[in-house]
Amino acid sequence: MEQANQVPKIVTSRIGLEESWGIKTYLATGGYTALRKALTTMTPEQVADEVSKSNLLGRGGAGFEVGRKWSMLKPAPVRYLVVNGDESEPATFKDHMLIENDPHQIVEGTLISAYAVGAARAFIFVRGEFALGLERLQAAVNEAYAHGAIGRNIFGSGFSVDLVVHPGAGAYICGEETALLESLEGKRGFPRIKPPYFPAVIGLYGEPTIVNNVESMSNIPWIVNNGGASFAALGVGRSTGTRIFALAGHVNRPGNYEVEMAKLTFRDLVERPEYGGGMRLGRQVKAFIPGGVSAPWFGPDQLDIPLSQDDVAKAGSMLGSGSIVMMDDHTCMVRAAWRIAKFFWRESCGQCTPCREGSGWIEKMMRRIEQGAGREADLDLLMDACDNISPGVAWPPQQTTICVLGPSIPSSVASAIRMFRDEFLVHIKEGGCPYE
Amino acid sequence: MGAFSPEMRERAENLLTLYPQRRSALIPLCHLAQEQAGHLTSPLMEEIAELTGVTPAEVYGTASFYDMLHTEPVGKFLVGVCTNVACLLQGGGELLEHAEASLGVAAGGTTEDEMFTLEEVECVAHCDKAPAVQVNYRFFGPLTGESFDDLIAKLRAGDYDGVVPPHGTLIRVMRENGIEVPLDEVLAERKEMDRAKAERKAAAEAAKEGN
Repeated sequence: MEQANQVPKIVTSRIGLEESWGIKTYLATGGYTALRKALTTMTPEQVADEVSKSNLLGRGGAGFEVGRKWSMLKPAPVRYLVVNGDESEPATFKDHMLIENDPHQIVEGTLISAYAVGAARAFIFVRGEFALGLERLQAAVNEAYAHGAIGRNIFGSGFSVDLVVHPGAGAYICGEETALLESLEGKRGFPRIKPPYFPAVIGLYGEPTIVNNVESMSNIPWIVNNGGASFAALGVGRSTGTRIFALAGHVNRPGNYEVEMAKLTFRDLVERPEYGGGMRLGRQVKAFIPGGVSAPWFGPDQLDIPLSQDDVAKAGSMLGSGSIVMMDDHTCMVRAAWRIAKFFWRESCGQCTPCREGSGWIEKMMRRIEQGAGREADLDLLMDACDNISPGVAWPPQQTTICVLGPSIPSSVASAIRMFRDEFLVHIKEGGCPYE
Repeated sequence: MGAFSPEMRERAENLLTLYPQRRSALIPLCHLAQEQAGHLTSPLMEEIAELTGVTPAEVYGTASFYDMLHTEPVGKFLVGVCTNVACLLQGGGELLEHAEASLGVAAGGTTEDEMFTLEEVECVAHCDKAPAVQVNYRFFGPLTGESFDDLIAKLRAGDYDGVVPPHGTLIRVMRENGIEVPLDEVLAERKEMDRAKAERKAAAEAAKEGN
């Protein structure tokens, strides 16, 4: 608490301001000063250095260091920068907010990054459903062109780059970076096989490409203005800076909260009045999902784990997309896990058999248990199906598929069975859901 | 006379210029086609194929992968009820059941008057306002059965005409300019940047050795 007021709002400083999405507000609050500083006073390597020093971890889900990713870009005459705004991980709604409410910050971060990596052109891929976000982001790009921040010879620096806003068309898998590139090439969103298709080596149109998340890009202007060391001074260990946590489910105040990394625990975020404000109706926590529905679940015993990438990983799950879903003691765990299984079944791209068939089998078994037609043997069968998608059903997961959608399927189902086996047995014995 | 109206054809041609390879415009062009006709008709898909340099089958095959692209007619309003986990915990499943009863169609169906197509959708990233509903990709929530019916009544009466645009994501997404720097010009600039960078690196290494 004592420190809370001194932690800067790095990416959400303009949320709530009047017309926070327009260039007038952006310029009045220091907008495009970082771009000018980078282009006119720094070399591309100096910009990349500051980002490396900041140890900014990618905010999309995998949490890979942005600076390290940039350093892996294969030197080639043509390189591209692609920004991933395809936010679709269930219960994650931070990028949606950033795109709608501070699009200029994304544009500025993207332009600075394009300079640092020497991109020939930058693309911002926005989830198709974000219609208002697309409008505001394109309007921001139009304004930035008029302001001289995009296009030829930006701010007289001799650096030129174009930026294209590209709409998706509704497919969770396009958040996976190689599927996103396929989609941007006008194809079905089929993830590519890695190796050899690491985007930094073979990316968009076969050229080396950097793919970074929208929230990651939103941090770049602050890092350039304040220095990577100031960013790294926030947080603990590898988890530096601040991060937006999207808190959803059975809390009094669901919402996006930007907090210093690793300083608060899940309990702080849920209970403090300025964040979640406690569980709804004063109920108890039964379980929670710490980092998007691809992450294994935690129970009430794990509420005191800090919001740090490494601590959560050590405890057997991940911070992932920064989405936290709280479930109270009135929640049917079978139904929750079934709905998540259904999501993966619907969103599997269909390339790999374990994912395509496994997700369907798991969804059917979960449905029949929830609807009262389950058998006790189904529990072992479910774990066996999980094991065939991700051998060992452990965390971090083993993989039998091209991309990580497959090994994400068992997370919820296996968590529910391991943590709430009795609840499954009640469904099976009573021939229906006890919560209805 | 093509399938695209002259105005749409012009917008389509402008979109094509934004990408180093024209197939990249395939999905944006599908959005344009839906804006014009509500769904992807065969003549429109044929014209998109011609514009992007692929076969009509490839356009269909690509479009059918994506939830937002419709190869069959849909209602004036696409009403999507989210039932994914954040909404489920707040009654999204019950809201969908209510919507089905209220509109008289199962999820996936279109009302007889062709006003509404009801969909059960995956997370729309509006989770702090769960349970959430999207109407032509504008978001509403949290909704109860009653406020859902009220929303439908208002949509039917045209009260939301300014707020909820007609079907088609790109309808208000207009780029004011084309590409300002041709790719070959940018590449020449990058070549120069890379050369300068290599020089700086060599100079730094020489300085280090000199010490």
